[in-house]
Amino acid sequence: MSQIIRGRTIARGQATGKVLMTKDPISFLGNVNPETGDVVDPAHELFGKSIKGTVLVFPQGKGSTVGSYVIYQLKKNGTAPVAIINSECEPIVAVGAIISEIPLIDKLEIDPYTVLKDGDEVLVNSAEGFIEIL
Amino acid sequence: MYLTKEEEKTLRGEDGETLQKAIEILVALGDIYGADALIPIKSAQVSGVSYKTIGDAGIEWISDLKGTVKVPTVLNPAGMDMDNWERLGIDPKFAAKQIEIINAFGSLGIEPKCTCTPYYLSGFDVQYKDHLAWGESSAISFSNSVLGARTNREGGPSALSAALVGKTADYGFHKTENRTPNIEITVDFETAGSDYGALGYIAGKIVGSKIPLFKIKSVPSKDEMKMLGAAMAASGAVALYHIDGVTPEITDKEFVYEKPAESVSIEKKDIDAVYESANESTMANDIVTIGCPHCSKAELAQIADLLEGKTVVKEFWVFTSRELAGQNKDLVDRIEASGAKVVCDTCMVVSPAANKYQCMMVNSGKAYAYVPSMCGSKATYGTVERCVKDATGEI
Repeated sequence: MSQIIRGRTIARGQATGKVLMTKDPISFLGNVNPETGDVVDPAHELFGKSIKGTVLVFPQGKGSTVGSYVIYQLKKNGTAPVAIINSECEPIVAVGAIISEIPLIDKLEIDPYTVLKDGDEVLVNSAEGFIEIL
Repeated sequence: MYLTKEEEKTLRGEDGETLQKAIEILVALGDIYGADALIPIKSAQVSGVSYKTIGDAGIEWISDLKGTVKVPTVLNPAGMDMDNWERLGIDPKFAAKQIEIINAFGSLGIEPKCTCTPYYLSGFDVQYKDHLAWGESSAISFSNSVLGARTNREGGPSALSAALVGKTADYGFHKTENRTPNIEITVDFETAGSDYGALGYIAGKIVGSKIPLFKIKSVPSKDEMKMLGAAMAASGAVALYHIDGVTPEITDKEFVYEKPAESVSIEKKDIDAVYESANESTMANDIVTIGCPHCSKAELAQIADLLEGKTVVKEFWVFTSRELAGQNKDLVDRIEASGAKVVCDTCMVVSPAANKYQCMMVNSGKAYAYVPSMCGSKATYGTVERCVKDATGEI
């Protein structure tokens, strides 16, 4: 049985992928290598993991506004997540996802940390404002 | 968020992909911050211009955009003097990348004017209550506070989006209710010149991102308020301040506000401590820089007068906008006759040219806050008179 959860549209689009979750905010400038998509900050919960091709679930962005451009670089390099789910999105990641055409949804009606786990197959349809756990 | 039929059409992509992305950014920010509509802006200033800051990722994005800005749009300082970059020893590889960035902005109809003081430029006059989308922290502070205009702190892509659409989302400092002072700062002693940069440097650390209401014994000039705001936006995150009896909004009878609950006072000894950095330094200054934010005509004239008949004994850089330098060639010539260099389009903070020195003397609270981390050198603070004496070897 699939489950549908509604949320707020930030960047319109639709993509399916496997969930990678963290409770740490992400500063795309510094935390992530844009060449590989690997999280390179030893202090980050996702250190050593790759965000490439994932449905990346994190609370929100932080750090330098250049982070928006780093998301764009990830997309160009083919190392970006296929979709993003935030608890509550902030401008750096919002802008980065929009310019990179990465579907981004936030403020899900059910806390994603209570219903999602790493490896879950999820459809993010931010154009219509929902995710579906497949 | 309410959108007009025209705006809905743009959001559906009927006006092309670049405009679709641009309005999508404005709407997303509006949703995040609770805006109910888009409002027209008079001008835009796009930050994220120096190759030192945005790197290859930024170049890629800007180069991929297609379209023309709808309002006068200016750029933040670049990483070098665009006409004369060899003079300060810029790496040709860096120069090529910087030129690529400026050309990419140019293809969007943005004139290559790179300055943190757009309010000095023709075509960028700012009136009370004008809505703007500006991106450089000191320019934001000056337009909000000294001119009484309204702008949020825009990031590079959001300011560029606003320029392309000609609008911004109506939230934050665009709303009167978000412009109320919430901390009072008393300065009960005479202040002048670079005292204001030192005052801003201290005040910014105290107030963070709050909106201060100053009660200052002296009446500052616009140039002095420029230095105050620039410093507060660097050591803190102040985008708007008021000065009792001086700035336009707080003296407007229609602007209703309550006395802030929180209050602090800054003492003369606090200001003196900032100046002490120059006396305490065991290291000689190997460079002196002025023009953070970019010098006004009056500031250029003061430096020219102070340098009259003197010769500098170390690097002395004076930063201003290309437009002002062009309009005041006589002042530029008088300054450069001393051996000092008048540099346009850039500054000591965003240019890699400043990275090879050990100890820099500045007359700016903003530069004093940023030079150690951005240039990797020690910073000392002095009045403009002291800066000139240091550069000419009189001290």
